[in-house]
Amino acid sequence: MELIEYLLTTDLRMAAPILIAALGLLIMEKSGVVNIGCEGMMLFGTFTGVFFARLFGSPWIGILFSGMTGMVAGTLFAYIVVTLRANQIVTGIALNIIALGATSTLNRVIFGVSSQAARAPGFEPVPVPLLSKIPVIGNALFNQMGPVYLALLLVPLIRWFLLKTTIGLRIRAVGEHPHSADTAGISVTAVRYGSIIGGSFLVGAAGGFLSLGILSLFSENMVSGRGYIALAVVIFGGWKSWGILFAALVFGLGDAVQIKMQTSGSVIPYQFLMMVPYLLTILALSGIVGKSEAPAASGKPFRSDEL
Amino acid sequence: MNRRTTTLIVQCVSIGVAFLLGGIVIKLIGVSPLFAYRALLDGAFGSRNAIGETLVKMTPLILTGLSYAFAARAGLINIGAEGQLYMGGILATVAGTGFAGLPMILHVPLALTAGFLGGALWGAVVGYLKVRFSANEIITTVMLNYIALFLVSYLVTGPMKAPTGNMPESSPILESARLVRIIPGTRLHLGFFLAIAALIFYYHFMFRMRQGYELRVVGSNMESARAAGMQPKRTMMMAMFLAGGMGGLAGAVEILGIQGRLLQAFSPGYGFDGIAVALVGLNHPVGIPVGALLFGFLRAGGNRMQLLAQVPVSVIYIVQGLVITFVIIGQNLRLFEKVRVRSLMEKIGRAEAPVREAQ
Repeated sequence: MELIEYLLTTDLRMAAPILIAALGLLIMEKSGVVNIGCEGMMLFGTFTGVFFARLFGSPWIGILFSGMTGMVAGTLFAYIVVTLRANQIVTGIALNIIALGATSTLNRVIFGVSSQAARAPGFEPVPVPLLSKIPVIGNALFNQMGPVYLALLLVPLIRWFLLKTTIGLRIRAVGEHPHSADTAGISVTAVRYGSIIGGSFLVGAAGGFLSLGILSLFSENMVSGRGYIALAVVIFGGWKSWGILFAALVFGLGDAVQIKMQTSGSVIPYQFLMMVPYLLTILALSGIVGKSEAPAASGKPFRSDEL
Repeated sequence: MNRRTTTLIVQCVSIGVAFLLGGIVIKLIGVSPLFAYRALLDGAFGSRNAIGETLVKMTPLILTGLSYAFAARAGLINIGAEGQLYMGGILATVAGTGFAGLPMILHVPLALTAGFLGGALWGAVVGYLKVRFSANEIITTVMLNYIALFLVSYLVTGPMKAPTGNMPESSPILESARLVRIIPGTRLHLGFFLAIAALIFYYHFMFRMRQGYELRVVGSNMESARAAGMQPKRTMMMAMFLAGGMGGLAGAVEILGIQGRLLQAFSPGYGFDGIAVALVGLNHPVGIPVGALLFGFLRAGGNRMQLLAQVPVSVIYIVQGLVITFVIIGQNLRLFEKVRVRSLMEKIGRAEAPVREAQ
């Protein structure tokens, strides 16, 4: 029982940054943009989150700046891939490399080269009265940090946004069939810019939660692949909000179990457990476990004068 | 001015702009950019040892650059050179630590072949998933990178861990399987010539052989390839096999020539740098070594720059990222010109054959 409670609590907390980033990516992907640079955007967010949380003494202000940093990076990314129609994958890789270099450099220049990592005021768990007293699941679901609740709220919210609102419909039209959307008078460029910048806010904020909610410090390259996991989560979740929540929990559970296994020792090497999410993503992409279908115009630059 | 000259000029200007912006970053840190860049040059070319190190860093970069280029010419985006490199490293270590007593003339080729096959099979998995299940190769290569990384981590802490010692590393590669150092006082090893040979193979395959021609046709226009009776699926499989093999060779030369044993995370991102190398080198057999030289020089000189000018070595990543960014911006600005010319043609009302751009 204690183990289940521990796993559930850790799972949700580890899953939250991946979930937030994946929901941000979902908005971009629905408009036909693949952002491999998610890793770098998150990394920018982890740094500015810690920097501004220290400056203002509040993790909420920190995470707000994380999101805004994401938007700045997103605007540049959008300019290169939408306006200049450059290859989205290579641009994303460049973004990742720049983010790694920039955050590591800033860390050394601002916080010094000492081995002491830059600490920041982090998020504290906020128990929901009464509900948090429910045995086993109470602590896991109702004694979490603020952004975790928000992340869970975002799931139905983004689903509603993409499926029921006009803007959501436009985003999907642009991602599925940009030429029809263009003919119908929708500006493909504007919609893609909006999706990328809006989604990037969430991706940056996800980085902020990683540094302020889980470790309360910044360390170099601390995203360590979670941005790529978020990409995988979108695919494994079948480009659907609830699917993404499920996928994020599965991936987060891998993290939670792995921490437990490394400390307690186990028959199965933890590395194999770590491989499972990646294998599942490949299988999902290949249609071996449930066919996962990407938006039709995924990754393709758009020009109105060409069919 | 013909297209090739324009491309070259744009390419050089893009790289120049990236270094200029990198200089501004260095200035902001409070160091003179000229001093920092001189230290960088000194660290990469200032002595025999420095030049040796630059060539040592170039070696895997040429091979991972070829890995990206082989796939790119077939219209595939291979982000998986990093994973292919690790798989090549694993198999090269298996072959290089076993077979004691084998003469060097057999053992080295055996270990290299094993490395090639390790990467090639990893690449072939991607090709298979692509042609059989139409699984996007960008994502599968990213996923396979992580799987390979965890596999190495498991092997060096488990089955392949050296029986003596507590470090997560394999037993040392046998002397008979090591790549010989060719210049005394440097770490430059035979692998460098292997990389050059791979470049020549790439040139010969792409531009002198039928299979290479078909590969390029599949990459630039799938429909006409099919119409001409070529088999795009088989061609894509072959492209990923060769691309993976190049990545695998990069891992093999790094293990057999430099590391001397399998280690956790032994690559400082050579696989990802390969993408940049191919991009700067325009997937061209002459361009790729130039790209590898550029990034090898940054890697080799970075430490000296940190030591002499107190510029954090991470600034190198910023410069690298900026180079990639401006090179793609440069390449796409060129697209604009064509669009303008084309819409002009349409306005005049002349029938103009559609311009094909490789995207």
